[in-house]
Amino acid sequence: MTTAIELAGLGRAYGERAALDGVSLSLPAGSTLVVFGPNGAGKSTLLRILATLLRPTTGTVRVLDGELPREAWKVRGRIGLLGHDPLLYRELSARENLRYHARLHAVDPARVDELLDAVGLGARADDPISTYSRGMVQRAAAARAVLHDPELLLLDEPRANLDPAAAAALEPLLTGTPERPRTRVVTSHDPAGGLAEADVALGLRAGRPVLLAPAAGVTVDQIGALYR
Amino acid sequence: MHGKGLRGLSVATIVVLVGAFAVAAFYAPLDADQGFRQKIFYLHVPLAIVALVGFIVGGLLAIQHLRTREPIWDLRSYVAIHISLILGVGVLVTGAIWAKSSWGVWWLWDEPTLVSFLIVFLLYGTYTPMRFAIEDRERQARYASVFAITAGAFVPICFGAVRAQPQEVHPQTFGSGDLPGPMWLTFLVCLAGMALLFYTLYRFEIAAKLARGRLRSLRRQLLDDAPVQRRSAAPTI
Amino acid sequence: MRVLAAVLRKELRLELRTFESVPGMVLFGLTIFVVFHFGLERASVEGDLAAGILVVTLLFAGMLGLNRLYVADEEQGGFDGFLLAPVDRTWLFVAKATALFAYLVALEIVMVPAFALLLLEPGLGQALPELVLVLALTNAGFAIIAALVGAIAVRTRARDLLGPLIALPLLVPVVIAAAGLLEPLLREGGAGGLDAKWLAILGLYDLVFGLLSVAVFDPLLED
Repeated sequence: MTTAIELAGLGRAYGERAALDGVSLSLPAGSTLVVFGPNGAGKSTLLRILATLLRPTTGTVRVLDGELPREAWKVRGRIGLLGHDPLLYRELSARENLRYHARLHAVDPARVDELLDAVGLGARADDPISTYSRGMVQRAAAARAVLHDPELLLLDEPRANLDPAAAAALEPLLTGTPERPRTRVVTSHDPAGGLAEADVALGLRAGRPVLLAPAAGVTVDQIGALYR
Repeated sequence: MHGKGLRGLSVATIVVLVGAFAVAAFYAPLDADQGFRQKIFYLHVPLAIVALVGFIVGGLLAIQHLRTREPIWDLRSYVAIHISLILGVGVLVTGAIWAKSSWGVWWLWDEPTLVSFLIVFLLYGTYTPMRFAIEDRERQARYASVFAITAGAFVPICFGAVRAQPQEVHPQTFGSGDLPGPMWLTFLVCLAGMALLFYTLYRFEIAAKLARGRLRSLRRQLLDDAPVQRRSAAPTI
Repeated sequence: MRVLAAVLRKELRLELRTFESVPGMVLFGLTIFVVFHFGLERASVEGDLAAGILVVTLLFAGMLGLNRLYVADEEQGGFDGFLLAPVDRTWLFVAKATALFAYLVALEIVMVPAFALLLLEPGLGQALPELVLVLALTNAGFAIIAALVGAIAVRTRARDLLGPLIALPLLVPVVIAAAGLLEPLLREGGAGGLDAKWLAILGLYDLVFGLLSVAVFDPLLED
């Protein structure tokens, strides 16, 4: 399968308000799509639809080899989401949370310990999430997102709340391995950084795609224009 | 475009209903021990039957909504339940009137049909508040459908459970099936009238909602002017 | 099944960690007993009155459990976490119903003896196995409805009000059947045996609503 994501006229409306309108693109497997746009532009909505959490109201969505929402069951286990919500229970420890997700995804529990060490939470893994700093929560959430080694990773501002060292530590986790590069969709408010890691850039404004091009040809100014 | 055939339907309803009341008032024989006031039975029971069937139909329409996810089915389900609720008020009121005139009390716990109906009514009474409490239209419709299906299945179970309770003093007037000929006939005519009433009201409300929806969408397209939609419990197309 | 075990484990672990549901339910139930004592101005009850009080108290305490059932998931992203997993979503319903069933059992372990001590005149001993059976069937009915209605109510406004408002009429047949079954058991000379009619109704209710809930639960979880 060479195309990881295929969108045609994707739209999502809430009543009369269109959160997304007419998004079409084709993303090859293994590449990174970075989505830019001001708040309310529809970035999170797009991510949620790709994650199979939201149904589109118009258009078609193909993720990996499944057409959503009909074939969502096929692709669900191969997608990872790291959004604003860490999706962790505050009264349980990181280890307990991750073990729970591991069981849901039929993942070997040993991987939980591996990942916790990889994100640097090994020492505090058995403390409740409520005692963690924001950065630690983000790291635990990242571990949760990649626990099942997803082919497609959806990241909503993944470096928020992280200091540069922690962000660097997270990088290898989020990019995948050379043998099996992950397809990634990342939302970003950082024009320079975002463009640097992107293969394809998508700019949204009020739900509409105003910019869609290979990242090499996009300038930082063009991204900046989205915010004006 | 919307509301085709409504005039004919309304006329038919009025004719049958008026005819039914006339038949009930003049043709049907007087009940031996209850006299004239027994005749409210011809109003109360058909109303109840139609309302209950309406609730169950609302559930069936909701199943269709969940299967196809088309908003029109949600509209149909909502209207069916809505109208049944209104008729339901009539059922409870006529039931109370009958109870008062026959037994001297405004309510009878011993009349299982009345009691079951009250429980069902209380359940469906939460339908509109529940819809209103969910802002997102699509989710509102989906949740309402789940509710309608569950409640629709509940209706027969509720009636069964309440009826199973041992009756004490009062006979199940509405339960007994052996009515003499003329009473049966009167009853059927009244039932037909009520069913027509339900159907006519149903068609009217659907037509009104569809027309209003169309108007909104035309205004939005042509005048760029649709008023901001307030939260509402009713589905909009 | 693995999914059921995973979710149930998480549920019970959270409950043991936070004590959100069971202690509140128990306290509420005991308080209702006391209130009944004063409200009825009687030292003890038996027969149909006892059955009614016990069932109604369990019902109201159960409503507290209903309100709590999905709150953690709603507020801490538990729904999304579950929805992202490649599992059949109905297991969430089964896990929640099973968890509430467990909470009700815990509740009854405290409340039934308390009831016997505080309010009941005849003893409980002679009818214990029948009592357990009736309570099990009743709990199942409560749990099924609560797991379904809780999922409806948790994402609406006024969730604490709407939940019980929808659940209570739905549970009336359970109350009728349970009270009918308990009445002979709680009478002096106990062991009146179980009325097959009520047993059938209660069993049928659990079966029908169990199957129905499993069928309609999925659409509730989508965003």
